[in-house]
Amino acid sequence: MALKTIAGVEVKVTEDGYLEDMTQWNPEIAKEIAKELGIELTDKHFEVLNYLRDRTIAKEALTIRSVGKSGIVDIKQLYELFPKGPLKFSSKIAGIPKPTSCI
Amino acid sequence: MKNLVILGAGTAGTMMANHLRPKLYLNKWNITIVDQYKTHYYQPGFLFLPFDIYKEEQVKKVGKKFIPKDVKYIQKKIEKIIPEENKVELEGETLKYDVLIIATGCKIAPEETNGMIGPLWKKDIFDFYTYEGSLALREKLKDWQGGKLLVHITEMPIKCPVAPLEFSFLADSYFRDKGMRDKVDITYVTPLSGAFTKPTCTTALNYLLQEKGIKIETDFAIEHVDNDTKEIVDYEGRRIPFDLLVTIPTNKGDEVIEKSGLGDDLNFVPTDHNTLQSKAHENIFVIGDATNVPASKAGSVAHFEAETLADNIVLYIDGYPLKKEFDGHANCFIETGNNKALLIDFNYVTEPVHGKFPFAKIGPMSLLKESVLNHWGKLAFRWIYWNMLLKGIAIPFVSRNMSFKGKVFDIKQEKK
Ligand SMILES: Cc1cc2nc3c(=O)[nH]c(=O)nc-3n(C[C@H](O)[C@H](O)[C@H](O)COP(=O)(O)OP(=O)(O)OC[C@H]3O[C@@H](n4cnc5c(N)ncnc54)[C@H](O)[C@@H]3O)c2cc1C
Repeated sequence: MALKTIAGVEVKVTEDGYLEDMTQWNPEIAKEIAKELGIELTDKHFEVLNYLRDRTIAKEALTIRSVGKSGIVDIKQLYELFPKGPLKFSSKIAGIPKPTSCI
Repeated sequence: MKNLVILGAGTAGTMMANHLRPKLYLNKWNITIVDQYKTHYYQPGFLFLPFDIYKEEQVKKVGKKFIPKDVKYIQKKIEKIIPEENKVELEGETLKYDVLIIATGCKIAPEETNGMIGPLWKKDIFDFYTYEGSLALREKLKDWQGGKLLVHITEMPIKCPVAPLEFSFLADSYFRDKGMRDKVDITYVTPLSGAFTKPTCTTALNYLLQEKGIKIETDFAIEHVDNDTKEIVDYEGRRIPFDLLVTIPTNKGDEVIEKSGLGDDLNFVPTDHNTLQSKAHENIFVIGDATNVPASKAGSVAHFEAETLADNIVLYIDGYPLKKEFDGHANCFIETGNNKALLIDFNYVTEPVHGKFPFAKIGPMSLLKESVLNHWGKLAFRWIYWNMLLKGIAIPFVSRNMSFKGKVFDIKQEKK
């Protein structure tokens, strides 16, 4: 665990740069993490991010498939919004834990 | 009389029948088990059929033989579960239950991917997760002239997550033995970021792929199969050509779970990770591949779950609180080819470790290291399966919860 200043706020992050505490998140932090990943956030991005945060609070496991069925984006659009890491990058920007799809 | 009904007489259902019959009074509890098929398949054997290592008769037996005589076996399709009325509808028959155990497993759903079931299905595209698929692949491999072989995972979770990797290793050995390894290009294609589902394994075992000259494509989420150009295409337009595609299609729970409104978007039943009680109904319990618990979908896991679940059913019936005991313990042999295998041991929270198994320091089996002895362990697993596991006999010295004795926690997780 480490401390990192993102958008002027000191937050706790994991080794891979995911927020430790999702309540420390705010939209400015999201924009800055996204910039590091080469993504410029739009309203559509935020719709997805808010969905991911809501589902995480509801303790649901997230998969690309479930986001594709969210009614907000289909899987193809999710890839367009977060190229190279539809779930990994979107989770990082949403301030939620790294997805553990893999068993 | 009260009724306990078990749905599915596969690995988990059969074990539960054997565990529970001696625990429940004959004059108080009827136990009924339902399955659509007469034959019980040893699914781990499907990995070996394509390479002619096992024959048909080694992987199938009559299911009823493994059910205790005081348990009623009904061979029928299960149509619907109606939890509000404590009823299960079968073809032309309705069963009432006081306690229900869902053990309907999971199966492949190739129709989930566009183009998978198309003109090339069973011609150049095969699965080995079904009996039929694995036999068809055996025939294909017999006179295949070589080319680009893709071993491909569609999406997680799948049962026995190491099976596709084992398939790649065995294919390497198979083509080497046939003297045609130079004509075959093997690529392993996975939606994950590494070859193994557990990061410590990827760190410790990546050398195996290099040693065997198996290429790897990671982070590949398939969108469709292009039957015209013979390529698989992902959501970002990445294309990988193939001459022979061996794929693990999406794995889903049975349709009966969907029809009964009991599952998630892949028809897996939401289940308490530690007690194995269903989240929605207190008299419904779930075991094996049918659950949504984040443990491997494997026979060994079902075996450890069965011990906890048998205790919990008795506690539930007697009105006591359930044991929050199951820890996700899995114990898997990984066949690496050339008559060698690896053994891994892990649970929900602990990554696979180095060390000796089952006895600290003595072994005789080594964890996370290739050895001939482990290979014999894997082959012995078939005997253990038919003669001990299904009958609910505990494997000697291996406990339901993961043991930390004699294990070395020295592998750093790979950073991504
Ligand atoms: C290729 C392969 C290799 C594997 N290798 C290993 C290994 O090395 N080690 C290991 O531990 N595990 C391995 N496994 C996994 C293991 O086989 C499964 O995890 C295990 O069989 C799960 O048991 P289960 O009882 O949950 O499901 P199953 O054994 O699949 O049983 C489910 C049963 O329910 C019945 N059923 C479902 N729906 C209905 C319905 N509507 N009506 C009537 N009956 C129904 C089915 O007919 C079936 O008999 C492997 C699996 C495969 C495919």
